[in-house]
Amino acid sequence: MTKRSWLGAFLDRNGLALGLYILFAVSFWLLFLIILPQLAMIDFSLRHDLPAAQQGGPLDVWTFENYRHFIFGLPGNPDGWNRLDVGVFGRTIVAAAFVTILNFAICYPVAYYLAQVAQGRQARVMAVALVVPYWVNEILRAFAFRIIFGATGVINSTLQALGIIDLPIDFIRADIALYAGLGYAYVLLMVFPLYNAIESLDRNQIEAARDLGAPWWRIHTRIVLPFAKPGITSGCTMVFMLAAGALAAPQILGGPSNLWFTQLIYGQFFESVNWPRGAAYAIILLVACTLLVLLVMRLFKVRLGEIGK
Amino acid sequence: MAGGVSVELDQLLVQFDKFVAVRDANVRIEPGEFFSFLGPSGCGKTTILRTISGFLEPTAGSVRIDGKDMAYIGPNKRPTALIFQNLALFPLMTVWENIAFSLEMKGVAVADRRKRADELLALIALDGQGDKYVHELSGGQKQRVAIARALCAEPSVLLLDEPLSALDLKLRQHMRTELRAIQRRVGLTFIYITHDQGEALTMSDHVAVMREGVIEQIGDGRSIYDDPATAFVASFVGENNALPGRVAEVRDGMALVDTTVGRLRARIATAARDQLRVGAEAIVFIRPEALDLDTAGASDETTIHATVIGEEFEGPNLHLQLRHESGTELRASLVNKGRTGTASIGSSLAAAFDPMKAVALPSGALSAEE
Ligand SMILES: Nc1ncnc2c1ncn2[C@@H]1O[C@H](COP(=O)(O)OP(=O)(O)OP(=O)(O)O)[C@@H](O)[C@H]1O
Ligand SMILES: [Mg+2]
Repeated sequence: MTKRSWLGAFLDRNGLALGLYILFAVSFWLLFLIILPQLAMIDFSLRHDLPAAQQGGPLDVWTFENYRHFIFGLPGNPDGWNRLDVGVFGRTIVAAAFVTILNFAICYPVAYYLAQVAQGRQARVMAVALVVPYWVNEILRAFAFRIIFGATGVINSTLQALGIIDLPIDFIRADIALYAGLGYAYVLLMVFPLYNAIESLDRNQIEAARDLGAPWWRIHTRIVLPFAKPGITSGCTMVFMLAAGALAAPQILGGPSNLWFTQLIYGQFFESVNWPRGAAYAIILLVACTLLVLLVMRLFKVRLGEIGK
Repeated sequence: MAGGVSVELDQLLVQFDKFVAVRDANVRIEPGEFFSFLGPSGCGKTTILRTISGFLEPTAGSVRIDGKDMAYIGPNKRPTALIFQNLALFPLMTVWENIAFSLEMKGVAVADRRKRADELLALIALDGQGDKYVHELSGGQKQRVAIARALCAEPSVLLLDEPLSALDLKLRQHMRTELRAIQRRVGLTFIYITHDQGEALTMSDHVAVMREGVIEQIGDGRSIYDDPATAFVASFVGENNALPGRVAEVRDGMALVDTTVGRLRARIATAARDQLRVGAEAIVFIRPEALDLDTAGASDETTIHATVIGEEFEGPNLHLQLRHESGTELRASLVNKGRTGTASIGSSLAAAFDPMKAVALPSGALSAEE
């Protein structure tokens, strides 16, 4: 089909006014809110950090210096590579992946129960119970976690009262508070795609498998999980991307010695006021996360189109 | 392959909260039998099947398979295999993986699974189609794959929940013959559910007719059709003219009933022998094919005078719509023997019947489809 006839058909189907509005809104969204800002970021990331007076001057040329800095650090660095930044980057990716897996492990049973087991009122109550905590804003929730996991928090005092531990555990330094906070922050983003996928699975499939001798865990590995794969992918992708890009939770809950990569980016922008380097780091995070997600999708044989299902 | 075993339901009661879906079911199904549950939508057929296969626990009473009580034995531990109303084939697996699923669960090696699946594919005449996906098959082929998948689990009892209801008429008739043939070949006990009475009568050794959770009659096709136990069975199975009235006389297993079309003589149904007393409300059932225009030898009590108000010519049969002067309407089916002109619309005629073929039953609920 040619472009023109596609456009014509689209306008016919939606009417001229609505059709034009949709076209305008979508192109505005894509162009001004996604493509142009990203292009500007790429442009930034390829420039030197110059004082305002020299911008546009003879020194203002494109360079890969900021990317080079991420890998090798300052010139004359004794390590030969940027141990600090690459280290933070690696830990952030691994931690985000860990948060994603943890989140999936927590949310899958909930989504399965909600989609296939709970009925009527029970299901509605559960859905509301899942949503309501999110009326509390993210910052407040993070602080609440800090209090719960603090040295004199509920968890430590309970464990101490029960005589399980003598001295309070430093959950903050061990990053346990951070993982819990991040995991909790994205529960909904995981539950609902999973719920959607599992909900459309015909109950008879589960019963047929059971009737044919499948124990409960085989029903999950052989029937439910393969069927829910698109939902799993979209849930995990969202949680991973958002966890890797989270700022507030690491800021509040992160241990003093463990930085999240976004905190480095934030620092470049607002503390060092080195926008080009901040932009380069942000783009490194974006590209790395995207590549990783695509790689994992290939590994699990999920196509991009399926996620939208 | 394991042979068939017996299945017994003993005072079975199944309740959903307050709602009683199946009440006091007592059934004995012999090993290797083709047994059908027949009844209108919502009468509890699926509930019975799910109780036999273990997806539901009886509220009271018991299910015994091969003499063993099945209480709290899960569906994966029972010697039954269920074929679902919508088949429930696994869409993400190939045909052969579907068929061999039960072997996979038993931990059988891939090569052996494949071999067994290929044998079963031959049995259902789908040789060489094992690597297709389910959505690439036709309705009838899917049907057969579902049967093969169930057979692969080597059940002793195969439970089928209206497996043919989604097929078109032609294919359905073909699959009926095929199912019956497979059943004879493998010798399993088949428990079959349907709301299609033709299906139940043609395929089954015995049929249980259900209404609102209660089994009204169990018998072979002939006794259900010719000697119904209740007014509901008489009206649900096959076409029937129902003529309500009051019993005027009972003698030698025959009853005289005063109906709107006059006093009629009819045989009292076996199950109603002790129930029909003089003065009781009763219904005389006369099948359309029991009515004949040849009135020779008929008495007043076996003749109905009526006007022809409609006719349907069907080739071998001629169906007449008749109306008695009281307003009661009747249907008569005449075998086409080349006689024409005896029954034109508007003409009056006398229709006679053999009183042994008319059945008198105590009045009761009729089938809503009537
Ligand atoms: N899980 C359930 N909870 C409550 N009521 C139920 C449940 N399952 C079935 N019922 C009720 O039990 C009755 C019998 O249902 P069942 O599914 O056995 O009917 P059926 O004879 O198989 O009908 P159909 O021919 O339409 O499949 C129905 O009135 C139905 O509403
Ligand atoms: Mg049913």
